[in-house]
Amino acid sequence: MDKFTTLTGVAAPMPLINVDTDMIIPKQFLKTIKRSGLGKNLFDEMRFDDDGAEIPDFVLNKPQYRSAEILVAGDNFGCGSSREHAPWAIKDFGIRCVIAPSFADIFFNNCFKNGILPIALPQETVDILMKDAEKGSNARMTIDLEAQTITTSEGEAITFEVDPFKKHCLLEGLDDIGLTMEKSTNIDSFESSAAQSRPWV
Amino acid sequence: MSPKTLYDKIWDAHVAHEADDGTCLLYIDRHLVHEVTSPQAFEGLRMAGRSVRAPDKTIAVPDHNVPTTAGREDPANMTGDSAIQVAALDKNARDFGIHYYPVTDVRQGIVHIVGPEQGWTLPGMTVVCGDSHTATHGAFGSLAHGIGTSEVEHVLATQTLIQKKSKNMKVEITGTLRPGVTAKDITLSVIGKTGTAGGTGYVIEYCGEAIRDLSMEGRMTVCNMAIEGGARAGLIAPDEKTYEYCKGRPHAPKGAQWEAAMDWWKTLYSDDDAHWDMVVMIKGEDIAPVVTWGTSPEDVLPITANVPAPEDFSGGKADAAKRSLDYMGLAPGTPLEDVAIDTVFIGSCTNGRIEDLRAAAEILRGKKIKDGMRAMVVPGSGLVRAQAEEEGLADIFRDAGFEWRLAGCSMCLAMNPDQLEPGERCAATSNRNFEGRQGRGGRTHLMSPAMAAAAAVTGRLTDVRELM
Repeated sequence: MDKFTTLTGVAAPMPLINVDTDMIIPKQFLKTIKRSGLGKNLFDEMRFDDDGAEIPDFVLNKPQYRSAEILVAGDNFGCGSSREHAPWAIKDFGIRCVIAPSFADIFFNNCFKNGILPIALPQETVDILMKDAEKGSNARMTIDLEAQTITTSEGEAITFEVDPFKKHCLLEGLDDIGLTMEKSTNIDSFESSAAQSRPWV
Repeated sequence: MSPKTLYDKIWDAHVAHEADDGTCLLYIDRHLVHEVTSPQAFEGLRMAGRSVRAPDKTIAVPDHNVPTTAGREDPANMTGDSAIQVAALDKNARDFGIHYYPVTDVRQGIVHIVGPEQGWTLPGMTVVCGDSHTATHGAFGSLAHGIGTSEVEHVLATQTLIQKKSKNMKVEITGTLRPGVTAKDITLSVIGKTGTAGGTGYVIEYCGEAIRDLSMEGRMTVCNMAIEGGARAGLIAPDEKTYEYCKGRPHAPKGAQWEAAMDWWKTLYSDDDAHWDMVVMIKGEDIAPVVTWGTSPEDVLPITANVPAPEDFSGGKADAAKRSLDYMGLAPGTPLEDVAIDTVFIGSCTNGRIEDLRAAAEILRGKKIKDGMRAMVVPGSGLVRAQAEEEGLADIFRDAGFEWRLAGCSMCLAMNPDQLEPGERCAATSNRNFEGRQGRGGRTHLMSPAMAAAAAVTGRLTDVRELM
């Protein structure tokens, strides 16, 4: 997995609540058997019209946000399906950090498996960052995962919480499966004791 | 011993390792797999030279992509990409030696219907699948939730998940339901009350007399949509109905093992003084037949209500409501019962079980769908389909003018050819009314099977009680 340490970039404002995974990556793009190449279809039905032409009003089509690396969004971001195609598409587009008042559980977990940092902050704080993001491409935010801070384009530092284990994995770019396999003796002994206590499983 | 919730008990019985910070390795008893969210996971195993740790606990079935029309076993009848995904699942199931129900098998169907039907899902188990509606299996008192593809790979390789414990929420539905009110109305009404983010960070236990009174099919409908309320999982304590449903299923324990299992299952309930982080109570008598009007499952109203206005909401929801109404083509103040529909879809892991088909057929018996209406029934599994044919339900649907399809996810998420056209309005028994969910520009109203059947007859959103 790609490491996430610090990131300085343009933040795109998307003040919409309940951005769901069907919006992030519509179902017709789930038929791939690869993880890559989904960025061109990120937010497809919001970004492109029926003929495939860009919808100019959509935030990521605006010149100042075309290379955004941070997304600031409304409450309950990523609700809906478990499709990991959603974070794959976000990352493939070039976004490495999403900031919102809250995230749907599965999406939130999926981000961490893909080197994306989702940051949940109180609505008032997201409002400050949303305003900062609305300033466009000259206003770049900095995210420092080690220090757990977001620095706005005006130099205001905002701290955020992150699960220590998930932080460690992101900072080091660790592979979960490898880490778990180091505990295979624990799994072995769980399996043998479960075979006694719940043999029907 | 300190009092525990049902969730606490199942969790504690599955922790294979706990780190100092509370991060746990949770052992997984059943891993269900379908064709859309698994190919990258199997590919990951191959690249790393890893095998499936517990192939006997891993069950695969193609459901999302498969056409629901005759001749679908011929890949030429699938779109190219769909055929590739189904072929990949065929190959992965064979290569890794996992249980598999191909499209040619009568037991094939939606993974969340096949699991319980075959007795894979049992009380007290941990069940995961790369699909958010895995919550369905919670109806058996199992801890069941959706995971992403990276986690699918993790479970395939290690039979565990890295997890932190969620909080406990109790949702109690007291009393009895009024006529015409179903499990779907319960689950939608709960989401209408708590919101789609209300359950974030929680596992919900549904309880109360109205839940006890539900059949296993109804309980699956309720738990299925726990995810739409934002919860990691929804569950219901097992009881005699649960045991009765499980008994004799192909993969349920038999003989002495059944007795041993029952001994444990009977301990699976929340202790009287267990701690709840949040409690929601709804009176069963207060629940009406409901429909959704917007593009979030929380946009729920009784069928007798009018379309709301953005000004009825505050904060971000006002903007979202405006966007929803634009998308749905609805004017504030319009009675919901005046909204004309073009299409009816009965099926999905929410409402594709035999009881759902019975409820819809009951409304349709001796009636015809409105002229020009497109209506389809997609049974949740080949076995549901066979049973419905045996009971004469298929004839009722066909006589009424419904298409009688083969099993699959179908128009719930429109990954197969069953899709809405832009602007087409659908009465659907599925679980999501998101923009574009059933096809780009398609407009979805969620409701119970009986309500969908009533809408098919009248051609508009309809209070099913008028036809009862």
